[in-house]
Amino acid sequence: MSARTVTIKENILGANEKKADSNRKLLDSHHVLMINMMSASGSGKTSLILRTIDRLGGKYRIAVIQGGVAPSIDGDKITRQSVPAIPINTGGGCHLDAQMIRQALEALDLDRTDLILIENVGNLVCTADFDLGAHKNAVILSIPEGDDKPRKYPMMFVEADVVLVNKADVLPYFDFNLEAFPEIIRGLNPSAGVFAVSAKTGDGLDCWFSWLEEALG
Amino acid sequence: MHEQSMVESLLTLALNNAEKANARKIVSIHLVIGDFTGVMEDAVNFYFGFLSQDTKAAGARIRYTHVPGQLRCRDCDTLFPLQKHDYHCPECEGKRVEIVGGRELYIENMEVE
Repeated sequence: MSARTVTIKENILGANEKKADSNRKLLDSHHVLMINMMSASGSGKTSLILRTIDRLGGKYRIAVIQGGVAPSIDGDKITRQSVPAIPINTGGGCHLDAQMIRQALEALDLDRTDLILIENVGNLVCTADFDLGAHKNAVILSIPEGDDKPRKYPMMFVEADVVLVNKADVLPYFDFNLEAFPEIIRGLNPSAGVFAVSAKTGDGLDCWFSWLEEALG
Repeated sequence: MHEQSMVESLLTLALNNAEKANARKIVSIHLVIGDFTGVMEDAVNFYFGFLSQDTKAAGARIRYTHVPGQLRCRDCDTLFPLQKHDYHCPECEGKRVEIVGGRELYIENMEVE
Protein backbone atom coordinates (compact mmCIF):
# COMPACT_ATOMS: atom_id res chain seq x y z
CA MET A 1 0.00 0.00 0.00
CA SER A 2 1.34 3.45 -0.83
CA ALA A 3 1.85 6.08 1.83
CA ARG A 4 -0.37 9.15 1.98
CA THR A 5 -0.25 12.28 4.09
CA VAL A 6 -3.01 13.18 6.53
CA THR A 7 -3.12 16.81 7.72
CA ILE A 8 -3.78 17.12 11.44
CA LYS A 9 -2.69 20.51 12.86
CA GLU A 10 -4.01 19.60 16.29
CA ASN A 11 -2.54 20.65 19.60
CA ILE A 12 -1.10 17.71 21.50
CA LEU A 13 -2.40 19.04 24.79
CA GLY A 14 -5.81 19.77 23.25
CA ALA A 15 -7.53 16.94 25.13
CA ASN A 16 -6.23 18.37 28.42
CA GLU A 17 -7.48 21.83 27.48
CA LYS A 18 -10.96 20.49 26.73
CA LYS A 19 -11.07 18.73 30.08
CA ALA A 20 -9.85 21.93 31.79
CA ASP A 21 -12.66 23.94 30.19
CA SER A 22 -15.13 21.35 31.36
CA ASN A 23 -13.71 21.62 34.92
CA ARG A 24 -14.16 25.40 34.80
CA LYS A 25 -17.78 25.02 33.68
CA LEU A 26 -18.45 22.55 36.48
CA LEU A 27 -16.97 24.99 39.03
CA ASP A 28 -18.92 27.91 37.58
CA SER A 29 -22.17 26.00 37.88
CA HIS A 30 -21.44 25.60 41.63
CA HIS A 31 -20.09 29.18 42.03
CA VAL A 32 -16.66 27.93 43.13
CA LEU A 33 -13.44 29.85 42.50
CA MET A 34 -10.35 27.68 41.87
CA ILE A 35 -6.78 29.01 42.10
CA ASN A 36 -3.80 27.07 40.74
CA MET A 37 -0.77 27.75 42.93
CA MET A 38 2.50 26.96 41.16
CA SER A 39 6.10 27.29 42.25
CA ALA A 40 9.38 25.47 42.65
CA SER A 41 9.71 23.02 45.48
CA GLY A 42 10.27 24.68 48.84
CA SER A 43 8.97 28.17 48.00
CA GLY A 44 6.33 28.05 50.73
CA LYS A 45 3.10 26.99 48.99
CA THR A 46 1.84 24.96 51.94
CA SER A 47 2.66 27.72 54.43
CA LEU A 48 0.86 30.29 52.28
CA ILE A 49 -2.17 28.03 52.03
CA LEU A 50 -2.21 27.56 55.81
CA ARG A 51 -2.02 31.34 56.31
CA THR A 52 -4.83 31.81 53.82
CA ILE A 53 -7.04 29.30 55.62
CA ASP A 54 -6.25 31.04 58.91
CA ARG A 55 -7.34 34.40 57.58
CA LEU A 56 -10.17 33.57 55.20
CA GLY A 57 -11.36 30.18 56.44
CA GLY A 58 -13.94 31.75 58.75
CA LYS A 59 -15.49 33.72 55.92
CA TYR A 60 -15.24 31.31 52.98
CA ARG A 61 -15.50 27.53 52.72
CA ILE A 62 -12.04 26.53 51.48
CA ALA A 63 -10.85 23.18 50.11
CA VAL A 64 -7.35 22.22 49.04
CA ILE A 65 -6.16 19.88 46.29
CA GLN A 66 -2.53 18.88 46.69
CA GLY A 67 -0.38 17.25 44.08
CA GLY A 68 3.00 15.77 44.67
CA VAL A 69 5.11 12.76 45.32
CA ALA A 70 4.12 12.61 48.99
CA PRO A 71 1.07 14.89 49.24
CA SER A 72 -0.03 13.35 52.53
CA ILE A 73 2.83 15.09 54.38
CA ASP A 74 1.45 18.51 53.40
CA GLY A 75 -2.11 17.21 53.55
CA ASP A 76 -1.82 16.37 57.25
CA LYS A 77 -0.95 20.01 57.91
CA ILE A 78 -4.04 21.15 56.01
CA THR A 79 -6.52 18.73 57.57
CA ARG A 80 -5.36 19.86 61.01
CA GLN A 81 -7.06 23.11 60.01
CA SER A 82 -10.33 21.24 59.44
CA VAL A 83 -10.64 21.95 55.74
CA PRO A 84 -11.03 19.20 53.13
CA ALA A 85 -7.71 18.28 51.50
CA ILE A 86 -7.64 15.94 48.52
CA PRO A 87 -4.19 14.46 47.85
CA ILE A 88 -3.17 13.55 44.32
CA ASN A 89 -0.12 11.36 44.21
CA THR A 90 1.44 11.94 40.81
CA GLY A 91 3.76 8.98 41.32
CA GLY A 92 6.81 11.07 40.53
CA GLY A 93 5.03 12.87 37.68
CA CYS A 94 6.10 16.47 37.33
CA HIS A 95 2.71 18.18 37.00
CA LEU A 96 -1.01 17.87 37.59
CA ASP A 97 -3.39 17.61 34.66
CA ALA A 98 -7.04 18.44 34.16
CA GLN A 99 -8.22 14.82 34.49
CA MET A 100 -6.53 14.42 37.90
CA ILE A 101 -8.23 17.62 39.05
CA ARG A 102 -11.57 16.36 37.74
CA GLN A 103 -11.34 13.30 39.98
CA ALA A 104 -10.49 15.49 42.96
CA LEU A 105 -13.44 17.80 42.20
CA GLU A 106 -15.73 14.77 42.19
CA ALA A 107 -14.52 13.92 45.70
CA LEU A 108 -15.41 17.39 47.01
CA ASP A 109 -18.83 18.75 47.97
CA LEU A 110 -18.83 21.67 45.54
CA ASP A 111 -22.14 23.02 46.84
CA ARG A 112 -20.42 23.55 50.18
CA THR A 113 -17.24 25.07 48.76
CA ASP A 114 -16.41 28.69 47.86
CA LEU A 115 -12.70 28.49 47.14
CA ILE A 116 -10.39 25.68 46.02
CA LEU A 117 -6.65 26.17 46.29
CA ILE A 118 -4.61 23.77 44.18
CA GLU A 119 -1.12 23.14 45.48
CA ASN A 120 0.57 22.05 42.28
CA VAL A 121 3.68 19.86 42.11
CA GLY A 122 6.80 21.87 43.01
CA ASN A 123 8.17 22.61 39.54
CA LEU A 124 8.70 25.85 37.59
CA VAL A 125 8.76 24.21 34.17
CA CYS A 126 6.09 21.62 33.54
CA THR A 127 3.14 22.86 35.54
CA ALA A 128 2.72 25.99 33.38
CA ASP A 129 1.77 23.99 30.28
CA PHE A 130 -1.21 22.20 31.79
CA ASP A 131 -4.45 24.13 32.17
CA LEU A 132 -6.29 22.54 35.09
CA GLY A 133 -9.52 24.50 34.79
CA ALA A 134 -8.56 27.01 37.48
CA HIS A 135 -9.85 30.58 37.15
CA LYS A 136 -6.56 32.17 38.21
CA ASN A 137 -2.92 31.20 38.43
CA ALA A 138 -0.85 32.26 41.42
CA VAL A 139 2.92 31.82 41.05
CA ILE A 140 5.09 31.82 44.13
CA LEU A 141 8.79 32.62 43.96
CA SER A 142 10.82 32.84 47.15
CA ILE A 143 13.72 35.22 47.73
CA PRO A 144 16.44 32.51 48.03
CA GLU A 145 15.56 31.22 44.53
CA GLY A 146 16.87 34.45 42.98
CA ASP A 147 15.41 37.21 40.82
CA ASP A 148 16.59 35.68 37.53
CA LYS A 149 13.86 33.03 37.47
CA PRO A 150 11.47 34.90 35.16
CA ARG A 151 14.18 34.89 32.48
CA LYS A 152 14.84 31.18 32.97
CA TYR A 153 11.23 30.08 33.26
CA PRO A 154 9.26 32.78 31.45
CA MET A 155 6.17 30.68 30.76
CA MET A 156 5.34 30.30 34.40
CA PHE A 157 5.31 34.09 34.80
CA VAL A 158 3.45 34.71 31.54
CA GLU A 159 0.65 32.47 32.82
CA ALA A 160 0.49 34.14 36.27
CA ASP A 161 -2.37 36.37 37.36
CA VAL A 162 -0.52 37.13 40.54
CA VAL A 163 3.11 36.58 41.63
CA LEU A 164 3.83 36.24 45.34
CA VAL A 165 7.47 36.88 46.25
CA ASN A 166 7.63 34.84 49.44
CA LYS A 167 10.20 34.80 52.27
CA ALA A 168 10.56 38.58 52.01
CA ASP A 169 11.79 38.46 55.61
CA VAL A 170 15.15 37.01 54.48
CA LEU A 171 15.72 39.66 51.79
CA PRO A 172 18.73 41.24 53.61
CA TYR A 173 20.68 37.99 53.22
CA PHE A 174 20.24 37.56 49.46
CA ASP A 175 21.08 39.51 46.30
CA PHE A 176 17.48 39.65 45.17
CA ASN A 177 16.61 43.04 43.65
CA LEU A 178 13.06 43.32 44.94
CA GLU A 179 12.75 46.91 43.78
CA ALA A 180 13.33 46.03 40.12
CA PHE A 181 11.49 42.72 40.23
CA PRO A 182 7.88 43.87 39.61
CA GLU A 183 8.98 45.59 36.40
CA ILE A 184 10.60 42.38 35.14
CA ILE A 185 7.33 40.52 35.69
CA ARG A 186 5.17 43.28 34.20
CA GLY A 187 7.46 43.46 31.18
CA LEU A 188 6.50 39.88 30.38
CA ASN A 189 2.98 40.07 31.73
CA PRO A 190 1.59 43.60 32.23
CA SER A 191 -1.57 42.53 34.04
CA ALA A 192 0.04 40.39 36.76
CA GLY A 193 -0.08 41.61 40.35
CA VAL A 194 3.23 41.31 42.22
CA PHE A 195 3.25 41.20 46.02
CA ALA A 196 6.20 40.70 48.39
CA VAL A 197 5.03 38.58 51.30
CA SER A 198 6.30 36.51 54.17
CA ALA A 199 4.28 33.47 55.11
CA LYS A 200 6.43 33.27 58.23
CA THR A 201 5.89 36.77 59.64
CA GLY A 202 2.62 37.52 57.83
CA ASP A 203 4.04 40.72 56.28
CA GLY A 204 2.46 41.71 52.98
CA LEU A 205 -0.16 38.97 53.07
CA ASP A 206 -3.02 41.47 53.27
CA CYS A 207 -2.42 42.28 49.59
CA TRP A 208 -2.79 38.59 48.71
CA PHE A 209 -5.93 38.21 50.82
CA SER A 210 -7.48 41.32 49.21
CA TRP A 211 -6.60 40.01 45.77
CA LEU A 212 -8.27 36.69 46.60
CA GLU A 213 -11.37 38.34 48.02
CA GLU A 214 -11.68 40.49 44.93
CA ALA A 215 -11.46 37.35 42.78
CA LEU A 216 -14.10 35.70 44.96
CA GLY A 217 -16.33 38.65 44.11
CA MET B 1 9.68 18.74 30.54
CA HIS B 2 7.07 16.05 30.87
CA GLU B 3 7.73 13.98 27.79
CA GLN B 4 6.01 10.84 29.02
CA SER B 5 2.54 12.35 29.37
CA MET B 6 3.14 14.48 26.31
CA VAL B 7 3.96 11.36 24.26
CA GLU B 8 0.87 9.60 25.64
CA SER B 9 -1.26 12.49 24.35
CA LEU B 10 0.66 12.57 21.08
CA LEU B 11 0.07 8.86 20.55
CA THR B 12 -3.65 9.07 21.35
CA LEU B 13 -4.04 11.95 18.90
CA ALA B 14 -2.08 10.12 16.19
CA LEU B 15 -3.96 6.83 16.63
CA ASN B 16 -7.38 8.57 16.61
CA ASN B 17 -6.46 10.30 13.37
CA ALA B 18 -5.14 7.06 11.86
CA GLU B 19 -8.47 5.44 12.70
CA LYS B 20 -10.40 8.30 11.07
CA ALA B 21 -8.25 8.00 7.94
CA ASN B 22 -8.75 4.21 7.77
CA ALA B 23 -5.00 3.76 7.94
CA ARG B 24 -3.37 0.42 8.59
CA LYS B 25 -0.10 1.88 9.76
CA ILE B 26 1.48 5.21 10.71
CA VAL B 27 4.78 5.67 8.86
CA SER B 28 5.85 9.05 10.19
CA ILE B 29 4.57 11.89 12.33
CA HIS B 30 5.54 15.52 11.74
CA LEU B 31 5.73 17.23 15.10
CA VAL B 32 6.04 21.01 15.57
CA ILE B 33 7.69 22.07 18.83
CA GLY B 34 8.26 25.59 20.11
CA ASP B 35 11.50 26.18 21.98
CA PHE B 36 9.65 27.46 25.07
CA THR B 37 8.00 24.05 25.57
CA GLY B 38 11.39 22.56 26.46
CA VAL B 39 10.44 19.27 24.80
CA MET B 40 13.52 17.15 24.12
CA GLU B 41 13.67 15.04 20.97
CA ASP B 42 15.63 12.21 22.60
CA ALA B 43 13.10 11.87 25.38
CA VAL B 44 10.16 11.93 22.94
CA ASN B 45 11.79 9.24 20.79
CA PHE B 46 12.52 7.15 23.87
CA TYR B 47 8.96 7.23 25.25
CA PHE B 48 7.43 6.92 21.80
CA GLY B 49 9.46 3.76 21.18
CA PHE B 50 7.92 1.79 23.98
CA LEU B 51 4.50 3.43 24.26
CA SER B 52 3.79 2.79 20.57
CA GLN B 53 4.62 -0.92 20.74
CA ASP B 54 1.78 -3.11 19.44
CA THR B 55 -0.07 -0.11 17.98
CA LYS B 56 -0.46 1.19 14.44
CA ALA B 57 2.26 3.71 15.28
CA ALA B 58 4.90 1.09 16.11
CA GLY B 59 8.09 1.87 14.22
CA ALA B 60 6.86 5.27 13.04
CA ARG B 61 9.51 7.92 12.60
CA ILE B 62 8.98 11.32 14.20
CA ARG B 63 10.09 14.31 12.16
CA TYR B 64 10.64 17.52 14.10
CA THR B 65 10.24 21.17 13.23
CA HIS B 66 11.49 23.51 15.94
CA VAL B 67 10.00 26.98 16.29
CA PRO B 68 12.38 29.45 17.95
CA GLY B 69 11.21 31.69 20.78
CA GLN B 70 9.85 34.88 19.21
CA LEU B 71 9.42 38.11 21.15
CA ARG B 72 7.71 41.42 20.43
CA CYS B 73 8.87 44.64 22.07
CA ARG B 74 5.92 46.31 23.80
CA ASP B 75 7.54 49.72 23.33
CA CYS B 76 8.56 49.81 19.66
CA ASP B 77 6.83 46.70 18.27
CA THR B 78 10.07 45.13 16.97
CA LEU B 79 9.87 41.37 16.53
CA PHE B 80 13.03 39.47 17.48
CA PRO B 81 14.09 35.92 18.29
CA LEU B 82 15.01 34.98 21.83
CA GLN B 83 18.74 34.37 22.12
CA LYS B 84 20.61 33.35 25.24
CA HIS B 85 17.73 34.28 27.55
CA ASP B 86 18.12 37.94 26.60
CA TYR B 87 14.75 39.68 26.78
CA HIS B 88 16.00 43.14 25.75
CA CYS B 89 14.74 44.63 22.52
CA PRO B 90 17.68 44.88 20.07
CA GLU B 91 16.23 48.13 18.62
CA CYS B 92 15.27 50.25 21.62
CA GLU B 93 16.75 48.26 24.54
CA GLY B 94 13.21 48.03 25.96
CA LYS B 95 12.68 45.37 28.60
CA ARG B 96 8.95 44.95 28.19
CA VAL B 97 8.40 42.12 25.76
CA GLU B 98 5.57 39.84 24.78
CA ILE B 99 6.20 36.19 23.92
CA VAL B 100 4.55 35.70 20.54
CA GLY B 101 6.07 32.44 19.30
CA GLY B 102 7.74 29.31 20.58
CA ARG B 103 4.95 27.68 22.57
CA GLU B 104 3.79 25.47 19.68
CA LEU B 105 3.21 21.80 20.35
CA TYR B 106 1.17 20.14 17.65
CA ILE B 107 1.11 17.46 14.98
CA GLU B 108 1.30 19.10 11.56
CA ASN B 109 0.58 15.92 9.61
CA MET B 110 1.35 12.23 9.40
CA GLU B 111 2.22 9.81 6.70
CA VAL B 112 0.04 6.70 6.81
CA GLU B 113 -0.50 3.55 4.79
